[in-house]
Amino acid sequence: MSSETLIAAFYVFALAAFLGYQVISRVPPLLHTPLMSATNAISGISLVGSIVLAGTGGNLVSKLLGFTAVTCATINVVGGFGITDRMLKMFKKKETAPEKKSEDEKP
Amino acid sequence: MNATKYIIEFSYLVASILFILGLKGMSHPESARRGMHLAEFGMLMAVIGTLLHSGMSYEWIIAGLLIGSTIGAMMAVWVPMTAMPQRTALSHAFGAFAAALVGIAEYYEHGAELGQFKMTAIGFEVMLGALTTTGSLMAFAKLQGLVRGTPMTFRGQNVFNMTLLAATIGCFVYLLVVPTAAPFFYVMVGLAFLFGILLVMPIGAADMPVVMSLLNSYAGLAAAATGFALSNNVLIIAGTLDGFSGFILSVLMCRAMNRSMTNVLFGAFGSAGAAAAGDGEMGTMREVSVDDVAVQLAYANQVIFAPGYGMATAQAQHIVRELASVLEKRGVSVKYAIHPVAGRMPGHMNVLLAEANVPYSSLYELEQINHEFPSTDVAVVIGANDVVNPDARDNPNSPIAGMPILEVDRARSVVVLKRGKGKGFAGIENPLFFKPVTGMLYGDAKDSLTKLVQAVQHA
Repeated sequence: MSSETLIAAFYVFALAAFLGYQVISRVPPLLHTPLMSATNAISGISLVGSIVLAGTGGNLVSKLLGFTAVTCATINVVGGFGITDRMLKMFKKKETAPEKKSEDEKP
Repeated sequence: MNATKYIIEFSYLVASILFILGLKGMSHPESARRGMHLAEFGMLMAVIGTLLHSGMSYEWIIAGLLIGSTIGAMMAVWVPMTAMPQRTALSHAFGAFAAALVGIAEYYEHGAELGQFKMTAIGFEVMLGALTTTGSLMAFAKLQGLVRGTPMTFRGQNVFNMTLLAATIGCFVYLLVVPTAAPFFYVMVGLAFLFGILLVMPIGAADMPVVMSLLNSYAGLAAAATGFALSNNVLIIAGTLDGFSGFILSVLMCRAMNRSMTNVLFGAFGSAGAAAAGDGEMGTMREVSVDDVAVQLAYANQVIFAPGYGMATAQAQHIVRELASVLEKRGVSVKYAIHPVAGRMPGHMNVLLAEANVPYSSLYELEQINHEFPSTDVAVVIGANDVVNPDARDNPNSPIAGMPILEVDRARSVVVLKRGKGKGFAGIENPLFFKPVTGMLYGDAKDSLTKLVQAVQHA
């Protein structure tokens, strides 16, 4: 790996960290459970690395490691997104009694 | 770079953008679902892009994708909402294990040719991945009740754990100098797996919100390290987002308990005998009957429910909602007060109440609701204990001193639904139960609430 790629990688990391902080701190506590399961599903992105490993692994050991990794990561992605959606579907605003002040803005 | 490579990189770029937009949607319940659909689509793009890599053989990939999707889909559909903390812990374990395996395979294939930088990345990836895997499994076992939830401690535990961690890092540093020393690599992996178990063992079930958030963070950072090892930006971005999200959550959870991260991780809080002081001269608890409570509720102007983990274990969220509906029909204003660490993971109570069809506009956070208690006729505590313990506010010697609480004791009257007369999780006596305004309604929360619903209807 050349030093330019390395520096570029650190740029990406730093910017993603900054952006992540900005975006995540806006999530209301109401949605913290779905947030955790969503970010968990997103971190299932290691599926990408797993696929490359399973597809290009040189020998059986690598392939088996890759296969296991693909399986685990897929469980993470499919299960994570599935359940996040199931949770988010449940969050409803009040249909009746419109007098409630409903904006849960964080200070 | 040939055309395919561009397409792949482009798909990763799109995926990264969609992940960020997806998380941005999470800032409001109304945009959250659409946001997640974007993120899902992003993931699909990334996977399709990856499949375009040249020189791939697909049999193992397809097998893995099929098996993983089946298991994942089954989990998504069948896991009950009350089991959400366990499921999340298990999911962290899977994600982290995948990252660890990728790192192990990378070393196994390229061991000697890895440069120092790649070795560093793989080391982090494998260590974080391994300890998150076993740590999450341990958390899962505690939450599922497979092992007891109280802290498991032994003499010299912290010293032992620190030594273990030092040994793991020692192996890692040695590998940076001599990347070919394969035995050290595998010892490092083994030690990291072991460390994960030991890290979570001494942490009590009530501190799980912090641990879950931390493991969430580690799982993300493991994925980010994978990104560094494979020079793959989408992995770095997605992993970092997850890592930071988990980190922010764990800081929020610690703040909600007024405790430091170190105290949560190494304090073995709530272990037997740690907080035995201060009981005895508390006075007597006043037991109340269902009918008394029903009358109180039926003729109240405002009622606030303060749910805790007890509501989850009793699966009482639906019946709480039913009671609320009956009361609302009578013109009583009903609100729900949600403490950030009520339950076993961040936002646990919100999800359960949402499942029971409680509109989110009735759910209030600590700071929003505390000033309302003095004008509230009845505060109903459902299986919560430490989060409503006035000692946190009044008694500087209390083990939970300084923890922000729901000030239910300021309500005109308080009803505590509690299984028995025992102490809270942390073994701390709760003076709330002995206050003159407090009535104790013993029994299973679900049973008590069912009876209350009937009684209120006849009141």
